[in-house]
Amino acid sequence: MARLQLRNLEKDYGGFKAVHGINLEVADGEFMVLVGPSGCAKSTTLRMIAGLERITGGEIRIGDDLVNDKAPGERGIAMVFQNYALYPHMKVRKNLSFGLRLKRRPAEEIEQATRDVSNILEIGDYLERLPKQLSGGQAQRVAVGRALIKKPQVFLFDEPLSNLDAKLRASMRVRITDLHKQLKADGLQSTVVYVTHDQTEAMTMGDRICVMKEGRIMQVADPVTLYNRPANAFVAGFIGSPEMNLIDAELSGNRLVIGTQTYDLSPDIMARLSPKTPKGVTLGVRPQHFAVVGPDAENALEGRVSHVEFMGHEVYLYIRIEGQQIIAVVSASNYDRSKINGDLIRLAPQPQSAHLFDRQSGENVSLADIQ
Amino acid sequence: MADHILTQNLALDQEADRVLKAQRRRQIIGATLRYGVLTVVGLFMLYPLIWLVGASFKPNSEIFAGAGFIPDEATVAGYVQGWQTSTPYTFGRFFWNTFLIVVPKMIGTVISCTAVAYGFARFDFPGKKILFASLIATLLLPNVVTRIPQYLLFRDLGWLDTFLPLWVPSAFAGDAFFVFMLVQFLRAIPRDMEEAARVDGANTWQVLLFIVVPLLTPALISVCLFQFMWTMNDFLGPLIYLSSVDKFPVSLALKLSIDTTEAFEWNRILAMSVLTIMPALIVFFVAQKYFIEGISAGGVKG
Repeated sequence: MARLQLRNLEKDYGGFKAVHGINLEVADGEFMVLVGPSGCAKSTTLRMIAGLERITGGEIRIGDDLVNDKAPGERGIAMVFQNYALYPHMKVRKNLSFGLRLKRRPAEEIEQATRDVSNILEIGDYLERLPKQLSGGQAQRVAVGRALIKKPQVFLFDEPLSNLDAKLRASMRVRITDLHKQLKADGLQSTVVYVTHDQTEAMTMGDRICVMKEGRIMQVADPVTLYNRPANAFVAGFIGSPEMNLIDAELSGNRLVIGTQTYDLSPDIMARLSPKTPKGVTLGVRPQHFAVVGPDAENALEGRVSHVEFMGHEVYLYIRIEGQQIIAVVSASNYDRSKINGDLIRLAPQPQSAHLFDRQSGENVSLADIQ
Repeated sequence: MADHILTQNLALDQEADRVLKAQRRRQIIGATLRYGVLTVVGLFMLYPLIWLVGASFKPNSEIFAGAGFIPDEATVAGYVQGWQTSTPYTFGRFFWNTFLIVVPKMIGTVISCTAVAYGFARFDFPGKKILFASLIATLLLPNVVTRIPQYLLFRDLGWLDTFLPLWVPSAFAGDAFFVFMLVQFLRAIPRDMEEAARVDGANTWQVLLFIVVPLLTPALISVCLFQFMWTMNDFLGPLIYLSSVDKFPVSLALKLSIDTTEAFEWNRILAMSVLTIMPALIVFFVAQKYFIEGISAGGVKG
């Protein structure tokens, strides 16, 4: 069992608290992605799991062992670094086997393991090359191989794809996900903690995603839940592209007052609001969840189009509603300029996809069943 | 019409040709001037060395006859007699003595300075700032002021007239300059590789030995070269601590041949001087590549 548990994990840099007691449990064989903007302490958290950063509070368990005070090499982890961190003076073969050689494993075992790993990652042709003779993608594969060869309990990835170009990144993404599935299917240890700042990577790779902000966990959930039921305005804004529109509004009865306009909330949402819901709220609507409607449509918001971006299959409309900038994405085939009166446009948010957030705390108040 | 265009083209061609030629001429003149000046200045600076080599093949009477360096009657008498020296030992003995000082000093310096620099560059420990500051402060201290306390210390240790005072301090990272140089070099090397090694299960010493030292190689070669040259050239140290002739290194032995003979045999002194500078010169040219890589610290591929 290679379960990973973080309990009240804290990191204090002499007065500056980087990690505020986070709790996270990664199940055996799970692909967990830590995501967040830069400075959210996701890398610090990963480095604490690896043992490269001393923790100042809480505990880390790998399997059932408390590893707080264990050296990185004794924790049963392997790590892939952002800039590969291959040993520049060793050939690929030696780079792969360095860990095993330190453990003084028999030569045949090392040879066999090197062969297996290089077959899986298709790096057999480069074994006698030095790292500087490899391309970025090849070096990245060697770095993954160096982790794989150790058969660790938990794999740690620290933004491994951020140094690659977009095309290579997409193919490596698939490769790593496939590798994870393969390991799992073979019944091998396959628990992964993967750090990235790229929400596309997070959404496409993770079984579950842990969204972090300023040393705190904002939400841990699978990608679909994260997208459809964000626990707070931060997650709502961070996940999805373009990001969710957050429109400041005042709650008045069953309608929202946005500047001089009003928007009637669906009975659905109203049912989920508690009497304690504050007046100051933020309406969250994803750009994809607007319908462009005619001038006489009911319950729509009117705004001024400031900018139009044609993306091929869809069109991004930049609109100002009551002084607030929003984006609406409409499919190019449905995009009908005639519905825009001058540069005025009327948008109807899809009632079932709208969210309401407490403006103070950022909590999603329209999700009754999410804590 | 066509004619007109043709003439125009021709004129254009000629014009372009003229400009190109002028450009090439300017380049040639520029290069000649540049290399001319460099050669003259270079020769001017190297001349004493060239003269030294030339004069070492001259007979004694000819040495001060002119400033030219080509001997009228070339002879190796200076080398033969100089090698014999006026002492019971040949010059080979003095080279051997130098070797006995230089080798332990180089090895000791490299090992101790690497360990100390690694500590300063990669670890946090109480008092690190003060310790590093005092290390740098010793760089600024003139050597002369510590000579007497050092002498008394080594006298009480019973180390006078041995090689120990000449290399033992260096084997305990006594040369702040090298520590400083290695610290700077290490700071420019990203830590990722070391962290990867720790994740791979290496302990601190294994990281140092298998990862840091290979990365430091160019800098370590520079350290060896500097130490080699400075020790070869060191005169004051051996002069203070060594009193028996059989322990003299070459730097003292050269002076010896001036002291003991009444009429200086300049050709012998010059011949032995040429031999003395040879090891340093040879080592420098052989290791030049690493040397330059090492002192241009920070030039490490990430």
